[in-house]
Amino acid sequence: MTNHGAVLTALADPTRRAIFERLAGSPSAVGDLARHLPVSRPAVSQHLKVLKSAGLVTDHADGTRRIYSVDSAGVAAIRDYFEQFWEQSLARFKAAASQPMREDT
Amino acid sequence: MTTQVQETSVTTQTVVDAPIDHAFRVFTDGIGSWWDPGHHILEAELAEMVFEPRVGGHIIDRGTDGSECRWARVLAYEPPRRVCFSWDINLRWQLETDPAKASEIEVTFTEEGPDRTRVLLTHRHLDRHGEGWEAMRDAVGSGWTLDRFAEVAAKS
Repeated sequence: MTNHGAVLTALADPTRRAIFERLAGSPSAVGDLARHLPVSRPAVSQHLKVLKSAGLVTDHADGTRRIYSVDSAGVAAIRDYFEQFWEQSLARFKAAASQPMREDT
Repeated sequence: MTTQVQETSVTTQTVVDAPIDHAFRVFTDGIGSWWDPGHHILEAELAEMVFEPRVGGHIIDRGTDGSECRWARVLAYEPPRRVCFSWDINLRWQLETDPAKASEIEVTFTEEGPDRTRVLLTHRHLDRHGEGWEAMRDAVGSGWTLDRFAEVAAKS
């Protein structure tokens, strides 16, 4: 079950986006992620927790490690970004169109 | 304002308190007045946007360093009722050079009164972005860099 609001919140953070994008490229353990990003392992774990609870990321055990990967069930929510993007854009457009346009520029 | 989401397209509409000609002009020629300036794929800050008012023209982002990004081709230009343009940006937020892999945006303007215009926007053929999209849906392969959209979402 994906919470769209949680998805938006989860991906609003640049570090979490970086983690998510990296996982979309290849499933990784916490240590792998921490090595490639300017954040500590505990911080990565914390971000993964948020991504996981938003339904964007899932994990499974691989020996003693946990491997994180993008959750396909959460990916449908990515369309929300187009939806959100165009809604916001049209709201901005509406505001702009409702004001007189400068004809002299 | 309502939005419908289908498998590979998104539709959003709004009603603006403006005559149809004006609404069309603001959407096209005035794109820089409403487009979120944080939403671009230039290295530099966005300085201005140009909407070339003809089929075969482009939507061009210009950076403060003089760089340019032609991220959309104008596919239909029928003032004041309809405009279509391509979304030549791939799922890694780079310019897509293969038109077959670009999605499309169609915007229609309908007069509801002298000072009232309905604007319907459909962003379709998202599946044309190909492997990235499928990969994201199937959770394998390369990912979809959400940076720019998420930046926009975060600022609201």
